[in-house]
Amino acid sequence: MNQLNRWPVWVIFGLGLLLLPFLIQDFRVFQLSLMLIYAIALLGLNILTGYGGQISLGHGAFYAIGGYCAAILMDRFGLPYMATIPVAAAVCFVAGILMGFPALRLGGHYLALATFALALAMPQLLKFKHFESFTGGVQGIILMKPTPPLEFSMFGQPLSEDRWLYFMVLAVTVIMFVIARNLLDGRIGRAIVAVRDQPIAAGALGVNLAVTKTITFGVSAAFTGVAGALGAITVAFVAPDSFNVFLSISFLVGVVVGGLASIPGAIFGAAFIQFVPNIADQISKSAPWAVYGVFLIALMYLAPNGIMGIINRRRRST
Amino acid sequence: MEAFLLQVLSGVTNGGIYAAVGLALVMIYQSTHHINFAQGEMATFATYIAWALIQVGLPYWIAFASTLVIAFAGGVALQRIILRPVEKAPVLTNVIVFIGLLVIFNAVSGMLFDHTIKVFPSPFPKEGMLISKYFSGHQLGSTFVTLAVLLCIFSFLRFTPIGLAMRAAALNPDSARLVGIKVSWMLAIGWGFAAAVGSVAGMMVAPIVFLDPNMMSGILLYGFAAALLGGIDNPWGSVVGGLIVGVLENLLGAYVIGTELKLTVALVLIVAILTIKPDGLFGKTVVTRV
Repeated sequence: MNQLNRWPVWVIFGLGLLLLPFLIQDFRVFQLSLMLIYAIALLGLNILTGYGGQISLGHGAFYAIGGYCAAILMDRFGLPYMATIPVAAAVCFVAGILMGFPALRLGGHYLALATFALALAMPQLLKFKHFESFTGGVQGIILMKPTPPLEFSMFGQPLSEDRWLYFMVLAVTVIMFVIARNLLDGRIGRAIVAVRDQPIAAGALGVNLAVTKTITFGVSAAFTGVAGALGAITVAFVAPDSFNVFLSISFLVGVVVGGLASIPGAIFGAAFIQFVPNIADQISKSAPWAVYGVFLIALMYLAPNGIMGIINRRRRST
Repeated sequence: MEAFLLQVLSGVTNGGIYAAVGLALVMIYQSTHHINFAQGEMATFATYIAWALIQVGLPYWIAFASTLVIAFAGGVALQRIILRPVEKAPVLTNVIVFIGLLVIFNAVSGMLFDHTIKVFPSPFPKEGMLISKYFSGHQLGSTFVTLAVLLCIFSFLRFTPIGLAMRAAALNPDSARLVGIKVSWMLAIGWGFAAAVGSVAGMMVAPIVFLDPNMMSGILLYGFAAALLGGIDNPWGSVVGGLIVGVLENLLGAYVIGTELKLTVALVLIVAILTIKPDGLFGKTVVTRV
């Protein structure tokens, strides 16, 4: 199938995405939005870990920074919610660069360790009493869900707050995926992969290792920060304990399940971390994590490239 | 002055626990060059086993010894079943497998023993024994137990043939294999010891922080700091590092920043050691050939 014949598929797919929220209930729409948000976060982590080869166990921290950025700007400074997203991206970019500096000297395990420590320390930092006037301390910040700018109904379902949020999240997701694709398909993307696979050769060919690695970290954090800001707007609530180390671990799970170094894999990974816990939750409180753990280890043995790896292998063999 | 001394001494107690966790990390790092992110959860799980044994009615010290044996066997089994197939795999694969183990142990602890916080008994009397002014009974006892266990491990590594074989396997696996040492089994025994030492840390800290599935996460972070400060390939270093980190944590908590940011202190320590002196105080500098 060549590129030309494919466009009807894309049109149907796009129409489906636009109509879907009117066919399901508000709560399901909310879950779909969260899935898309996770997809952006996973995309960010995948740029760093999958493409850049730098292991981060602490991306929940950047998600938290993005979320708090949006929440504080909306709550304390009255910024419109749309305007908080670029600010969150910028703040997380800087935070990522700052974390990227030590990361230059740390390879492999040590970077994993440092970011793991960041993830563990994050809730405590958010609770810190001297920041309380901004962060709301242990209580967190409660926000208002944005009201939809226009009123209409389709299939007897009105454009509710959750449905409006879904469309906004969808738009941002599409933009972020296009940015990621253009970034990774081009010169910069090849430099990132070259630094991962053959740092010495890449350096000899004129790729600036330090700059590439640091920028990768910054961009990756910015993506995750955008996701965090969207998450705060969608859930309309931020609190320190929702950004614990297990959030970072679920991002890692999502990336591994979807497939390392794969852009569409982020969607599969996000669907996994959004919907599998909901199903497993019915068994017991700890079941989702047991499932996560088993999936992580089993995938490493059986399908190290995740769902996208399986799809690509199918495609090649037919 | 009195208060200061008190802080230092209670820092030594915590330091002993960090040293044990650090030593467990070093034992695995030394031979496999992997950082065991699941160490804390493994220790928590072992502590739950000890708790269950005590609930059944076993006397404390018998439960303690049984837990050590179970943890050792569990560690060996883990290495043989889960980690051996990925021994030569890339770093990322290993980190992911360790994180997988972390969440599995955490979830299983929660599933089997539920999430309520449990009181873990201390075998030591409430009042201090010899210098009751500075030490509570448990502090003195736990310091003594951790140090005794560390001493046992060192003597084992130093004075027994298996210990010698383990050191050879860690130092130079290829040559060790050539002289007939089963390197892979030595790694498994190392894992067993690491699991056992970790379980001691868990059982000693549980009476202080209470038992719940996330009990060790903060302690693991300080264990990392201890191992890194001492040089992650040096067992003695991790003990010294643990004591330094323990005292430092207590003094900073008491006089400088308060107890709210303990984990942040560990984060700063870890990042600082890794960027400024990645080989730690006693580690050997690793030179890679390009």
